[in-house]
Amino acid sequence: MASLVGSRVERKEDKRFLTGKGRYTADINIVNQTYAIFIRSPHARAKIKKIDTSKALKSSGVVDILTGEHIAKDKIGGLIAGWAIRSEDGSEMKCPANPPLAKDNVNFVGDPLAVVLAESLDEAKEAADLVKIDYKILEAVTNLEKTMESDAIHDGIDKNLCYDWLLGDRQKVKEAFDKADKIIKLDITNNRLIPNAMEPRACVIDYNTASEEITCYTTSQNPHLSRLIMSAFGGVAPENKLRVVAPDVGGGFGSKINLYNEEIVCSWASKKIERPIKWVAERTESFLTDTHGRDHITHAELAVTNDGKFLGFKNETIANLGAYARVFGTVTPTYLFGPCATGVYVMPAAYSNVKAVYTNTAPVDAYRGAGRPEATYTIERIVDKAAIELGIDPIEIRMKNFPTEFPFKQTLVHQIDSGDYVAGLNKAKEMSDYDGFVARKKESESRGKLRGIGVTTYFEACGIAPSPVVMMLGCGVGLWESAEVRFNPTGQVTIYTGSHSHGQSHQTTFAQIAADELGVPIENIDIVHGDTDKGTFGMGTYGSRSLTVGGIAIVNACKKIVAKGKRIAAKMLEVSEDEIDFSNGEYVVAKSNKKKTIGEVAFASYLPGVRDEVKSPLPEGDEPGLIESSFFDPANFSFPAGSHIAEVEIDPETGNVKLDKYTAVDDFGTIVNPIIVEGQVHGGLAQGIGQALTENAQYDDTGQLITASYMDYTMPRADNFPEFNLGFTCTKATTNPLGVKGCGEAGAIAAPPTVMNAVINALGGREIDMPATAEKVWEACNEMKKTNSEAA
Amino acid sequence: MKTFDYHSPKDVKEASKLSSSKSVFLAGGMTTIPSMKLGLATYKDVINLKGIKKLSGIKVSGKIVKIGATTQHAEVAKSKELKKAIPSLAALAEGIGDPQVRNRGTIGGSIANNDPAADYPSACIALNAVIHTNNRSINAETFFKGMYETSLKSGEIIESIEFEVPSKSNYQKLPNPASRYAVIGVYVARFKGDNVNVAITGAKSCAYLDKNLSDALSKDFSTSSINNVNISSKGINSDIHASANYRANMIKVYAKKAVEAC
Ligand SMILES: Cc1cc2nc3c(=O)[nH]c(=O)nc-3n(C[C@H](O)[C@H](O)[C@H](O)COP(=O)(O)OP(=O)(O)OC[C@H]3O[C@@H](n4cnc5c(N)ncnc54)[C@H](O)[C@@H]3O)c2cc1C
Repeated sequence: MASLVGSRVERKEDKRFLTGKGRYTADINIVNQTYAIFIRSPHARAKIKKIDTSKALKSSGVVDILTGEHIAKDKIGGLIAGWAIRSEDGSEMKCPANPPLAKDNVNFVGDPLAVVLAESLDEAKEAADLVKIDYKILEAVTNLEKTMESDAIHDGIDKNLCYDWLLGDRQKVKEAFDKADKIIKLDITNNRLIPNAMEPRACVIDYNTASEEITCYTTSQNPHLSRLIMSAFGGVAPENKLRVVAPDVGGGFGSKINLYNEEIVCSWASKKIERPIKWVAERTESFLTDTHGRDHITHAELAVTNDGKFLGFKNETIANLGAYARVFGTVTPTYLFGPCATGVYVMPAAYSNVKAVYTNTAPVDAYRGAGRPEATYTIERIVDKAAIELGIDPIEIRMKNFPTEFPFKQTLVHQIDSGDYVAGLNKAKEMSDYDGFVARKKESESRGKLRGIGVTTYFEACGIAPSPVVMMLGCGVGLWESAEVRFNPTGQVTIYTGSHSHGQSHQTTFAQIAADELGVPIENIDIVHGDTDKGTFGMGTYGSRSLTVGGIAIVNACKKIVAKGKRIAAKMLEVSEDEIDFSNGEYVVAKSNKKKTIGEVAFASYLPGVRDEVKSPLPEGDEPGLIESSFFDPANFSFPAGSHIAEVEIDPETGNVKLDKYTAVDDFGTIVNPIIVEGQVHGGLAQGIGQALTENAQYDDTGQLITASYMDYTMPRADNFPEFNLGFTCTKATTNPLGVKGCGEAGAIAAPPTVMNAVINALGGREIDMPATAEKVWEACNEMKKTNSEAA
Repeated sequence: MKTFDYHSPKDVKEASKLSSSKSVFLAGGMTTIPSMKLGLATYKDVINLKGIKKLSGIKVSGKIVKIGATTQHAEVAKSKELKKAIPSLAALAEGIGDPQVRNRGTIGGSIANNDPAADYPSACIALNAVIHTNNRSINAETFFKGMYETSLKSGEIIESIEFEVPSKSNYQKLPNPASRYAVIGVYVARFKGDNVNVAITGAKSCAYLDKNLSDALSKDFSTSSINNVNISSKGINSDIHASANYRANMIKVYAKKAVEAC
């Protein structure tokens, strides 16, 4: 049997999704269910003076209306930050309480404060309109730059500051800067984004009054973690009485990592009213309340020598947490951001200093790339600026500062096990016809257009691990992953994984690796995920961790199966174990034609009685059955890397930016399924290019989200993209047996600086912030014309 | 969505009779239904006009093109006759929204709604259109009155729109990157005798005839004559997608594009 790892196996999930047979949370209906509508604050910051539900309670079809008072009385806990971050001065971070329903204060537009439960959705909506709320409106804090001088929005959190964090050595950086020929300075903003998963969030809760069990169907990237938080912190029910199921989930991009107010409230309320409850977000609710991404202001400095060697790097960032600190909210702008800000370069000294602040906006949390896009954007923009100021080619300056030996101890945290940045950049240079750019630029100019080219080299740290390290850094849980592999007596295999697929195609990739390990046809392997009642505990999917952590747990469990099978096969074949080789699903006695298939062995393991000539196939000490599990905790993160090159053409008359060419060369180690990996790269690029050219979540001074619909929030569309030119290099990860690295976030990490470097190149070095919208670019073009005509 | 009574009248008279201050006519529903769903508008009666056969269709006769009010954008876009008579009008329809919107949205709905960023109103003004209702005929220039405001009276139904066939014409649109409505749209139409109309959409509370551009191009139909026209940003719309200054400048850029394409 040929190895399936590396081959373009068609996605097992396509038939289901393409024929409308997916089963999403909103598809689930339970007899006798009620419908929930959440009442949300229309103000960014206000005190709740009074909630009057008397009229609404009498409205037709209303079952109950519950408020923050009720939930506080029942001592139901709120939402939490998953990582404890310490400030430079050693103090602990400061987090406000985040009750599931606000009782005294609301802190962003969309903050929920009551829930209406009714027999129908329309009746719930009608009643919601009748709930009267008196607010005392307070001045909203929305300007990130001025947040620390503004009113404290949470009691006891001075300057709205969650923490003031430092990684690195200020003294060493100062010494490096003192020796520099030149200091390059850069001020940038990393624009705020809204994740926009195709499927809005939803939950369906079924409380069984007899067994006292709550089943919560929800749109989650990690159902086990949601159960843990809901149980341990929410106090909704003990874990054994709480089943969380995340069925098909239509995209998450980080926004569905979090447990949200609605799941806690509906689970608690279902028990209270002894009826099932269904809630499905409307698109406006998604815009207002899904966790947002990015939103940094950064001042960076790079110390260089005249010949382009990097000596030191400073990164001073203010990160917006929004109104509350959520699960990955506090770690995203610190350990996922700070270390990566020195990029793929040898950087003798560096520090990252991050002040994370609260504002009256939606909570900000992990969004595809989480911290690493912000880091890569910072370093890659400043490296390009250094190239411009020193008059060095952008590829040359990067080559000059690459590490040449691996493992490479990166300045701030990471020990990068493998990579070859030179090979990646050379390949990208060739594939993009970098040398032909000058001719293409001339051709564009002959049509009155400006053309620019942009380069980025990146590394990222994903598959966050190992548990002892992440817990030392403040993580509230260990970040291993589990798997259980079960052989049925008749030879098919069911694999339970703690990873969760919401677009990642685990059904295919995981089956491919198991098929190779076990020698069983892929059709006979099923992957089960997303249900806390099936399989062992899991940590879910985010941070490109599924294959590098969850996939390896499967490999390891398969290896245990093969080992146990070997003991059984030896007994069946009446030879010793070391006389048997296992390959292609067969246990073969060396130098003979005696063999047993793994299916036969599985069958025997379940029927260990007298069979044929064998008394019992089970060796002494082995129990019946062929089921094994594994918890995998990798030795380190995995470190994918790559080089991307983009070309844009700008119409100076209108400022319109056309992304004309995009080449991405990535090193993901071993590639299990190229179709799936290419899809992941495409998706990541689309989101990264969206950040660079179109997307921007904007609040006004009063804290109203003015981009709360697709009429104003500019999602990129197919016609914003060129044909993507993808290439791969491969250095295998040394920290897992498959040699795999994560691929899910690469595109979103590399694309923003690649595109922006191209835009800025076309504008003759004039800097603009993302997104490079037509008007901004047009203004830069006008400035350019002015300077050019003054010079002439 | 709040409950309402649905009506499907067979003719215009019945439709008009059913209407009141609490009713709405339903054509493509592309504006009406989302605003009802979002709770921005509630009606007691929804009166569907799509069942009235005579309100739909495209007829070209000599120098006049007549389009029925409930004709969908997709039909206008693909009409062979229209493409021959006024290709720019078919192209305009092809550039509205997305396929779903073009398959439902109607010309009558679009002009009755009079969105400041809608495409059709500029065509009506540039092509000397006459809007025929169940009571009267209204010239385009007096029909569009302000933001979402027309001279239609309550219960009045648009039956058809008549356009004058120009000798040359072109519509150029700078689409809003999010919604793809017009940030600005410029419709240039030149008639026998060299009279030129330049109608602008997206720039003010509703589409309007730009006298200066029209005069300049009537005298000299060239891009260079546009250079000499001053377009002030005073009174021009400004929003998160485009400032007044940018819009004012783009009017000239897109007027030139339209002249070049004529
Ligand atoms: C996603 C999206 C994108 C769009 N993009 C564009 C765009 O790029 N450019 C553009 O110009 N438009 C755009 N539109 C608007 C769309 O093309 C329709 O023209 C518009 O929504 C109204 O037409 P309708 O037939 O759907 O009218 P309806 O929504 O049915 O009705 C709208 C209003 O017109 C009234 N009305 C309808 N017909 C008549 C009649 N015969 N007589 C009197 N009153 C009448 C109704 O009472 C109602 O008040 C877009 C719409 C959507 C949803």
